[in-house]
This record gives sequence, C-alpha cells and structure tokens, in this order.
Amino acid sequence: MSDPGFIRKYIFSTDHKVIGIQFLFSSLIFMFFGGLLAMLMRWQLGWPGSPLPFMEKIAPAGMPGGIMVPEYYNMLFTMHGSIMIFFGVIPLLVGAFGNYLIPLKIGAPDMAFPRLNMLSYWLFPIAAATVLAGFFVEGGAAASGWTAYPPLSGLKETMGPGQTLWAAGVVILGFSSIFGAVNYVATIINHRAPGMSFHRLPISIWAMFTTAVLTLLATPVLAAAMILLLLDRCLGTSFFLPAGMIVDGTPLAHAGGQALLWQHLFWFYSHPAVYIMILPAMGFVSDILPNFSRKPIFGYKAISYSAVTIGAVGFLVWAHHMFQTGMNPTLGTTFMVSTMAVAVPTGVKVFSWLGTLWRGSIRLTTPMLHALGFISMFIIGGLTGVFLASTPVDMYMHDTYFVVGHLHYVLFGGSLFGAFAGITYWFPKMFGRKMNDRWGKTHFWLTFLFFNGVMFPMFILGLGGMPRRIYDYTQYAGLVHFAPLNRMMSVSAFCLMATQLLFAFNFFRSLFKGEKAGPNPWEATTLEWETPSPPPHGNFAKTPVVHCGPYEYSVPGMKRDWQMQTEKHA
Amino acid sequence: MNTSRKIMLGFLFIILGMGIANPAFAAGATVSGKVSFEGAAPSREKIKMAADPVCLGAHKDPVLSEDLVVNNGALQNVVVYMKDGLSGKTFPAPTTPVVIDQAGCQYHPHVFGIQVGQPLEIRNSDATLHNINAQPKLNKRFNIAQPTKGMKTTKTFDKVEIPVPFKCNVHPWMAAHAVVLDHPFFGVTGENGSFTLNGLPAGTYTVEAWHEKLGTQTAQVTVADGETKTVNFSFKAK
Amino acid sequence: MSHFHQTAEMLLPEAASTYAPQVDRLFWAILWITGFFFFLVQGALLLFVLVYRAKPGRPAAYLHGNTLVEIIWTIVPAVILLFLTLASQKVWAEIRFPKQMPTPAVQVEILAEQFAWNIRYPGPDNQFNTADDITTINQLHLPVGEPVLIKVLSKDVIHSFFVPEFRVKQDAVPGLPTQVWVQATRAGQFEIRCAELCGLGHYRMRGFVTTEPAVNFQEWLAETKANE
Repeated sequence: MSDPGFIRKYIFSTDHKVIGIQFLFSSLIFMFFGGLLAMLMRWQLGWPGSPLPFMEKIAPAGMPGGIMVPEYYNMLFTMHGSIMIFFGVIPLLVGAFGNYLIPLKIGAPDMAFPRLNMLSYWLFPIAAATVLAGFFVEGGAAASGWTAYPPLSGLKETMGPGQTLWAAGVVILGFSSIFGAVNYVATIINHRAPGMSFHRLPISIWAMFTTAVLTLLATPVLAAAMILLLLDRCLGTSFFLPAGMIVDGTPLAHAGGQALLWQHLFWFYSHPAVYIMILPAMGFVSDILPNFSRKPIFGYKAISYSAVTIGAVGFLVWAHHMFQTGMNPTLGTTFMVSTMAVAVPTGVKVFSWLGTLWRGSIRLTTPMLHALGFISMFIIGGLTGVFLASTPVDMYMHDTYFVVGHLHYVLFGGSLFGAFAGITYWFPKMFGRKMNDRWGKTHFWLTFLFFNGVMFPMFILGLGGMPRRIYDYTQYAGLVHFAPLNRMMSVSAFCLMATQLLFAFNFFRSLFKGEKAGPNPWEATTLEWETPSPPPHGNFAKTPVVHCGPYEYSVPGMKRDWQMQTEKHA
Repeated sequence: MNTSRKIMLGFLFIILGMGIANPAFAAGATVSGKVSFEGAAPSREKIKMAADPVCLGAHKDPVLSEDLVVNNGALQNVVVYMKDGLSGKTFPAPTTPVVIDQAGCQYHPHVFGIQVGQPLEIRNSDATLHNINAQPKLNKRFNIAQPTKGMKTTKTFDKVEIPVPFKCNVHPWMAAHAVVLDHPFFGVTGENGSFTLNGLPAGTYTVEAWHEKLGTQTAQVTVADGETKTVNFSFKAK
Repeated sequence: MSHFHQTAEMLLPEAASTYAPQVDRLFWAILWITGFFFFLVQGALLLFVLVYRAKPGRPAAYLHGNTLVEIIWTIVPAVILLFLTLASQKVWAEIRFPKQMPTPAVQVEILAEQFAWNIRYPGPDNQFNTADDITTINQLHLPVGEPVLIKVLSKDVIHSFFVPEFRVKQDAVPGLPTQVWVQATRAGQFEIRCAELCGLGHYRMRGFVTTEPAVNFQEWLAETKANE
C-alpha cells in the first residue's frame, strides 16, 4: 500500500484506529475544559461571592471584579453538563473505544463504512465549535441547563443566541452519533471473523452493539426535538410554548404548544443516553476483570443479555425524570415499575463481576484498580437510583443535590473510572508503549479519594433539601449550615482536578518514554492482542479464525493460563 | 506673534468654541412650569415588601407604589423635555454618569432622563439580589444580576427612546423608567410638580411631558435669548 | 427507634406534613435495603480482592458460572424491588391520585413567575379572581391540621414549588395548571425553594411558609386584606 501522506494518514484518515485516537484526544481535551468549568462552580459554592481577580480578564461580564454573577453560574453548569456528556463521555466511551476496538476485537480490517466514520469524527469538532461559539456571543453561552427545558430555553426573551448555537451544535453532534452507530451495527453484524459467533464476542462488543442500537433509535428523536426548539426560537412556532405566557410583564403571542412535550422527547433520548454512557464502561470492565482475575467471566450469557435487557428497558423509563411535573400520576406509577425493573439486570451484572473475582488469581494493575473502582462507585450510583425510582421519595429528592450526587456516581464514578480502566488497559495496544504503573496507581487512589470527597457529600446536601443549580445556597436560611461541607467539597474538587494533571503527565510521558509493549502485554485472550502494538493499517496480516470464547483463562491442562481466541484446545 | 500671544489666542478660540458648542455656557433661555393632576388623587397601593425580609427590614413605615404620585394636585415623576426644535444641533454626551440606585428595594430615582452615550451607573445598595431587566425596543436590551451589596454596573444607550422601562424580576413591584434623549434639555418633576429647563438656545420648541401611566402632553413655546417662559401641563386620570 | 429518629433529623429536615413521615419511612426502608446490599457487595469486593490476590502456585478456578446462583441473584432483587414498588405506590396514590385527595378546608393559588411566588387566597366567597381575594408575594400561610389544596401555576417558565419540611414538590408549568395538597402538622416557619431552573434569579426564588393554628391563620387573612 502506498503511503497516503501525513494529512490522509493522521488527520483526514479513514482508519478506524486513527479515528478512535482522534476521538480519544479530542474528548479528553473537552473533558479537561468541562472540568475547569466545574472548578469555577465549586469556587462559587465553596466561597460564595469571593472574587477570583484573574477571571475578570477572561470573563468581564460574567465575573465583574472577579465576582461571579448568577447568570454566569447558570452558564457554567449548563456548559459543564453539555460538554461532559456530549463532547466528553459519549465521544470518549463510544467514539474512541468503539472505533478503536470493534474491528480489532471482531477480527475485521476496518469499519464497514470507513468514510462515513471519518465524517462522523469531523462533525464532532464542528458541533463542539458551534456550541462553544456561544461563549463569544451577546449574553454568553446557553444557560438553561444541559436539559434545556422550554419555555426558558425556547424564548428569545429568556435565553440569548448562545442557546440557539447550543441547539444547532447538538443537532450536528446527533448526526455524528448516528453515523457512528450505523457503522458499529453494520460492522458487528457483517464483519466478524470466521468462527466469531455472537456468543464468542467479548462483552465490550455486546455493550457497543447495544449502545449503537440505542443511539440509532434515540438520537433522531433528540435531533427532532432540537430542530423544533430551534423553530420555536427562530421562526416563532409554538411546539413547546403554551398560550398565555407573560414574560417580564409582556404577554407573548405563542399558543398551542406543550412545555412537557420537550421533556418527553428530550428524556426519550437522554435516558437511553445514560445507558449509552455506562454500557461501554460496563463492557470494558467485563473484559478487564477476567483478565486480571485470570478466570473466565462469571455468567457470560447473563452479562451479555443483561446489557441488551438494560438497553431495552432503558427505553421505557424516560418519564421517571418527570414524576413531579404534573404529569398524570398513574403514568408515574408505570414509569416507577419500569425503573425499578431496570435495577434487576443491573444487579445481575454487578453480582456476575463479583462472581468473576471469586476464586480468581487477582493482579492489581492500574486498569484493574480502575475496574474495581468502577464497580465500587457504580454500586453507589445504582443503589441511589432506587431512591429516585420510588415516586414519593423522588418527590422530595427530585432536583436536589441527591440527584447531582447520583448522576456523578454513575457518570464519573461509573463511566469515567471505566474510561480510565479502558485507557490504561488499551494504551499499550494503541501506542505500543506501557503507561507508568506507579503513576497510574497514584492517580487512581487520589482520584478515588477526591472523587468521593466531592461527590458523596452531595447526598447529604440533597437530603438536607438543597436544590441543584443554585448559585448561592446561603440565600436559604435552612442551608447555611452546609457551608463547611461545601468548602470541603470544593477543596476535594480542586484536588480532583489537579490529580488529573498527573494522569495527563503520565499519558504524554508514556507516549514517548513508556516501556515498549509487546503485542500482548496483559496476557489477554481476545483478538486485538494478536496484532502488533500498535496494529498496522488493516490490522491483521491474515484473517483470524476464532475457535473459542473471549475469556478462556486458567484453562486446565494448558501450559499458560490464557487461551487466545484463535487457539484450539482439546 | 510671540508664543505667549499664540497661547492667549488659542485660549480665546477654545473659550469661544465652548460657548458655541455648549449652550449651558451661554446665557440661553429658560422654560419652566408645573405639572398638575386634575381630579381626586387615586390612592397609592401598599407595596408587599414582606416578599423579601431584606426589603421589609429597610423600611419602618409601609411603602406606597410610585407609579402615580400626586401631592396637593401636583404630579410627581413626570419627565419634561424638548421634543422638537433642536434639530441640526448636536450635544456631546456628558461623561458624568446618571446614577440609579437600588435601595430599600426601590429604584432611586424612579424616573430619569439621560442623554444618548451618557453613562448610566446602576448601583445595588441592598444586601439582596436585584436584577436590572431593561426592556427598550430600539436600544439593546439587557438583563443583569447584582447579587451583592455595593455592586456597580455601567451601561449606555445609543438611541433616543421614550421610555426605556426597567424592572426587577425578584421584586415584582420594582419599576423605573428612563427617557433617553440626544440633548440635555430635560427635567423631572419633584414633589411640587415643577420643572425647569435652563440654557436653551433661542428658538421655537415643542415641549413634551411624559408620565408612565398617563401618557404624554405637548405644548409649543418660543423663547429668545435670556428670556424665561412658563409652560404648565395638566393630566387627568385615564 | 428513637436513635433512628435522631439520625433522621440529622439527615432530613424535620417533617411537618401528614404524609412526610410516610415518605420518610419509605426513605428509611430503601436506605436499609440498599445499605445492606451496599455493604454486602463492597464487602465481598474487598474480601475477594484480599483473599484471591495472585499467589504463585494457586491458579484461578476455571468456571463459567452457576445457573442456580444466577437465578437467585436475579429473583431476590426482583422480589425486593417489587415490594418497594408496591409500598411506594400506596404512598404515591395517597399523595397524588385525585380520588384519594382529602376535601380541602382551604384553597390557595400559587402563581410562579420569574422570580417570585404570587400567592392568592379566594377570600370569603371561595372564588378565585374576585374582589375579595387576598394576595401576597412570597408569603404563604397555612392552617395547622387542615387539608389545603394548592393550585400551582406559572406565568412564564417552569418553576417548582418545593417545601422540604412538607416533602412536597410540584413543578409549576406554564399552560399546565396543576394541584397538590398538603396538611401541616405543626406550627412553624419554612422556606419555599424553587427546584426547577428558571433563570438568573432561580437560586433565590425564595418564599416563606408560616403554619399556624386555624384561628391565627384566619386573623392573618383578615389583617392582610385590611392592609392591602
């Protein structure tokens, strides 16, 4: 094959591995930025109204004299949520790992539609640039929360042009996701190597497959909702805007819309999106645990089918975000039942992971620590979900910090520890060098400590009745006593952010100076470890033929304690 | 010509120049008068200051609404200004700001005139959140929050507009009105309903009186340099 | 049980409505159950990691699962969740189902706007929007021991009426008039906290609830009307 040149090879590449790594770098940069926005929020919550003089230069309108104003705070949490979800966690877990791993793990030379794949990546920075352009327009970026509930988000009177850019950017990102998902589904169905039956797929591929199906079914609904919102904002339609609204004393001409319609459409996407953000991480953990326990996964079918069940039931739970909206209470009952039901397959997964550890031969490497951290933190995220599923308890907890804690245990404690596990596990494959284990472990323990330091108190704040999305909780006499706790959380948050510099340092240093990794540094079984590290264009010198399942560790009678998927064993 | 003469001459030109450009410097004409209210004065509503303990604590006595204030027949809070008669003349915007203060959950002043380009300094003297939601139709809208006591924000208007309403969404009774003009000839009636417009260039003018609830009235007046004329207005309940 | 309540007070604001203790009981039931599973799973995780650390000469077990165990850990949580669902449903129906709402002794309308709660009592004629209505901003008074029907409306964007001590939360959605009831159980002063992002003043869209004996409540109504 002739050398395609630098630009075609590394920038406008159609190679799934390059695209995966592009997604990896871009999403990590966005997450770092999203994290910085959270630091500003924690500054305000820790020390309400205290000046941060250097910020006056960066945001003269948002922080005059270095003192944050409430509209700026609203913008911060809106952009923090939007960036972390749309430009951080989803592209990292799905875009980076999906692209990188799917062909390698199923024994394919590339994705089914490489050019579509490239388009999927390049729409992503365009979408991000559109959303972030909001920072530079009159009135700043969107500030109606990442959920953008109309009428607040749907009226020019209440939200400036930043909101329009936000919605337009999310539509563009929707196309990126859909293109990616089409590719994943087509690739997994059609491009599996000979012998790679569905029941021999690594769990991570089951997870990616379910994720892609969810994306395909849910994202068009989100895109449609965003387009309707844009029409309401720009062309004066009233999809989400009811009659009789009076804003700032002025009656509006809108009539005929339904504010709750948006919530239905939004959560029809965004609840499955939670599973889009957690299922891949569950997949990584399901690959990593057997490896470092040197033991087959416990209940392969239960775990892989539970992923599919979570995906399916995950489509029927969306209105649990709307119990207290005035929606028919009988509908609330229905969604409580489905929400409680989704806990069952989730429980099955957790128990199966424990079963995998049981009687294993556990190697506590950095990826294993992150995988264990994932389980430990995800349990908290999952169990706190039960409180919110119970409609009467949710009546108290809804829109308090309890929800903020819950979602961060799922999306940071879950997805991000999963992502760290994935990055540290596949780094040698991606770049041909190992990450430093000592730095990696230090990063894990500090992250684990400070993560809990900032997120666990959120449950206490929520139980104390502290609403989320408030700029200055001290305005409520009943919340003033939370000042020391909030300060402790802020200090933890700053330390958590600083700890990520350690990760960045280890990542970049290891890229150039890490110990060289062979094709299979973790003594793993799946197909990607058959290729050189990093794998060449086209992945496999000859098409692999699969003879066994993905987690054949410690097979009795074998000399070594792992059996490659391409190996035959009597 | 020696240097000191040059400087002297320069000063002379500057002084002359100022005299032409700034009518306030010249003797000019004066229009003054009184705005009255015909009929029984409507009773003023009590403001529900209990909505915010900070507001309540700032007042000993009940506070009455300011949207229609009549004292013995004199109408307060009317902006009187030259509407016509100044075309072709330009007046530089003063650099001294107009100050609007939020104190005791009321705007001080309640109505005011301001020149295009003149800075408007918005102050919060209350230990509570105020948001200043300006809703002009021609100028740029803005809606900013001042969460802490002592905060100041400066804004300007770039077009003539009558009126620009201000509102605080946290305290629904709080309202103020600005009249934005491209000249300095305006005044606001006080408790006795009187106003004075000084330093007018000689000429024929349309004088307008604007009240937030009662609308506008106009009158014609011609003044010569150094002359003082009286123009009175009378509003009726709508 | 008393120890229980002390802990409860540390976590949850002291209850002040008839259904608040029911909500709290559900909360504690879920906390006990999830707490049990939390310690079970975290304990097992820690134990397995310690006990099954790799040691030379001790290979891992080669096993792919156990159908019986898998059935048990599917069924047991399912049964517990079913129980929680039924228990929740009972309380939910009591609070929310229109048929089960008590006949209100007092009605009040709360019209939310950016950023204030407009409160309106119907007055002696029991009809809203008539001359004898009594109105306040941000000041909600309720009689103790009488069921009150609260009509929740919004003028502009979505707000949410939240009084932690009552354990009540009801979104105020424009174009969707809705209602919720509450019966206060003790006299006191509480805060209304807006629980749905509504713009720059959301963080302090704060109201005040005063619960008082019915006599005082009626006096307050008369006094407020007289002061208007």
